[in-house]
Amino acid sequence: MPCSDLSDAPLLRLHGLVAGYGRIRALHGVDLEVRRGQIVALLGANGAGKTTTLKTISGLVRASAGRVLFEGRDITALRPSDIARLGLVHVPEGRRILRGLSVRENLELGAFTVRDAGERQRRMRHVFGLFPILERRQHQDGALLSGGEQQMLAMGRALMQGPKLLLLDEPSMGLAPKLVLEVMRIVRTLNDEGATVLLVEQNARLALRLADYGYVLESGAVRMQGSAETLRDDRTIIEAYLGA
Amino acid sequence: MSLTSILLHQALNGLVLGSFYALVALGYTMIFGVIKLLNFAHGDLYMAGGFVALLVLSAISGIVGAGWPGIFLAMLLAMIAVGCLGVVIERIAYHPMLGAPRLSILITALAVSLVLENTVLALTNGQYAAFQTSLGFGGVAIGGLFITYSEMVLVGMAALLMVTLELFVTRTQYGRAMRAVAVDTDMCALLGINVPTVIGVTFFIGSALAAAAGTMAGAYYGSLWYFMGFLIGLKAFTAAVIGGIGSIPGAMLGGLVLGMLESFGTQIPGIGSQWKDVFSFVVLILVLVFKPTGLLGRSEQERM
Repeated sequence: MPCSDLSDAPLLRLHGLVAGYGRIRALHGVDLEVRRGQIVALLGANGAGKTTTLKTISGLVRASAGRVLFEGRDITALRPSDIARLGLVHVPEGRRILRGLSVRENLELGAFTVRDAGERQRRMRHVFGLFPILERRQHQDGALLSGGEQQMLAMGRALMQGPKLLLLDEPSMGLAPKLVLEVMRIVRTLNDEGATVLLVEQNARLALRLADYGYVLESGAVRMQGSAETLRDDRTIIEAYLGA
Repeated sequence: MSLTSILLHQALNGLVLGSFYALVALGYTMIFGVIKLLNFAHGDLYMAGGFVALLVLSAISGIVGAGWPGIFLAMLLAMIAVGCLGVVIERIAYHPMLGAPRLSILITALAVSLVLENTVLALTNGQYAAFQTSLGFGGVAIGGLFITYSEMVLVGMAALLMVTLELFVTRTQYGRAMRAVAVDTDMCALLGINVPTVIGVTFFIGSALAAAAGTMAGAYYGSLWYFMGFLIGLKAFTAAVIGGIGSIPGAMLGGLVLGMLESFGTQIPGIGSQWKDVFSFVVLILVLVFKPTGLLGRSEQERM
C-alpha cells in the first residue's frame, strides 16, 4: 500500500445506495468504502446485488436513493461516460469485447478520451508488455479470441483508460482453473501498478486470498465486512455465504 | 448492337445506378447500426440534397459556371447542409424516442419522411425542377462501349466518398467508436465514449452521403422531384439488406449488386424495364427469406 498521505478519505464511498430495475429493487441501502491502493472483494450469493452495485457505481443503473462518492466528489447523477472519464473504470461481466473490431482497435477505444496519440501508443506498449499474446493477435477480431485472451483484452482495454479505480465483475468466470490463477495474478499486478480494485468474484476463497478487505452482500445489503484475514478464518461465513 | 456491347452497356448502367444506391444504403446501414432504426426518411434526405445543390448551383453558376467545378461545390454545400439537417432531425425527432418501443420510433421516421416530402411539395408546387448543367454528352468509346465523362466522374466521386468513409471508420477514433456503438452502446459509455455525439456524427455522415447521391442523380438525370426519395429509399433499404444490414462494406456491395441486378434483370426476355422495381423487391423478399443476414452481415443475437 502507498504510504498514507493526506488523502485519508476513501477513494470510493457508497452511502445508503438504493437501486433496482423498474419496480424490482436490487439494492436496499448499501454502505461500502474502498481505500486507495486496496483490493476490496465484494462477495455474496447469486442475486445478492453484487453486479448491480458495480453498475450503479459506474452509472449504468440509476440510484433511486443514496450517494456514490468518488475522490470525495458526488458522482451519483453523472452519466456513465463522464464517470469513466474520471478514471473510474468498470470491466463488466462477460468481458464485452467489441465484436467486429480488432484487438488493437478494442485497445485504441479504451483510450478514446486520450487525445494525444503518443500517450495512446505509450499505454498500448505497456499493455502489450503485460499481455504479449494481445500483441501477437492485435489484428484479429477481438471476439474470436479464447475466453482467457478476451479477459486479458478486457483488462488491457481497462488499463488503456488509465484507471484510478477498477471495478472487476467476475473476471474469472468461465475460465479454466489455470487461467483463473493467471487472471488473479494480473489483478495483483494491476494493483501493484497503482490501481485500486473493487472485485466481484464467485470464488470467494480465491478473492479473499487476493483482497485486503471484504464485504459480504445478502439480499441487496451489506451483511458482513472485515479484513480479508478475518473473513477467511471465520468458519460461519465460509459455510453460510461462501460455500464450504 | 451486339450482345457484348449490350451487356457492357448494362454493366455501366448498373454501376452508375449502383453507386447511387450504395451511397444512400451506407447512411441507412450506419444509422441502423447506431440506433437500430430503419430511417424511412433517409431517401428524402437524398431528395433534399438534390434540391439544396440545385439552389446553390443556380446561385453560383453565374460565377463558376454549371460544369464540374460548380456541381462539385454545390454538392459539398448540399452535403454540409443536409448533414446538419440529419443531425437536427435526430435530436428533435429520434433522440427523445430512443427509450420507446421500436415501433414508435419507426412511425416517427415515417412522419419525418412525410414532413420533408410535403415541405418540398409545397415549395415546388409538385413540379419537376430542371437540374441544368453544362456537362454535355462527351465521352470515350472503349471497345463496343461508349462511356460519357459524366458517368466516369460520377462513379469516381462515389468511389472516392466510399474510400474516404472506409478510412474514417477504420483509421479514426470516431470511426471506430461508430462501429463500436453499433455493437454495444453500454460498453462504449463505460469506455468514456460520448454515445450521443457519436450518434450525431453518424447522422451527419449518413445524411451527407445521401445528399451527395442526390446531387449526382440530379446532375445525371437532369431533374428533381419532391417524391424522388421515396423509391430510392426503398431501394437503398433493399441494398442494405442484400449486403447485410449494419455492415458498411455490405451496403457498398449491396448497392452495386442491386444496381447490376436491376440493370441486367430488365434484359431478360419477358421482363421489360417497367418490371425493374418489381424485380428489386422480389430480390429483397428472397434475401429476407433465404439469407436474412445478407451477403456480409453477421448473425446477431439480441442483446438485453
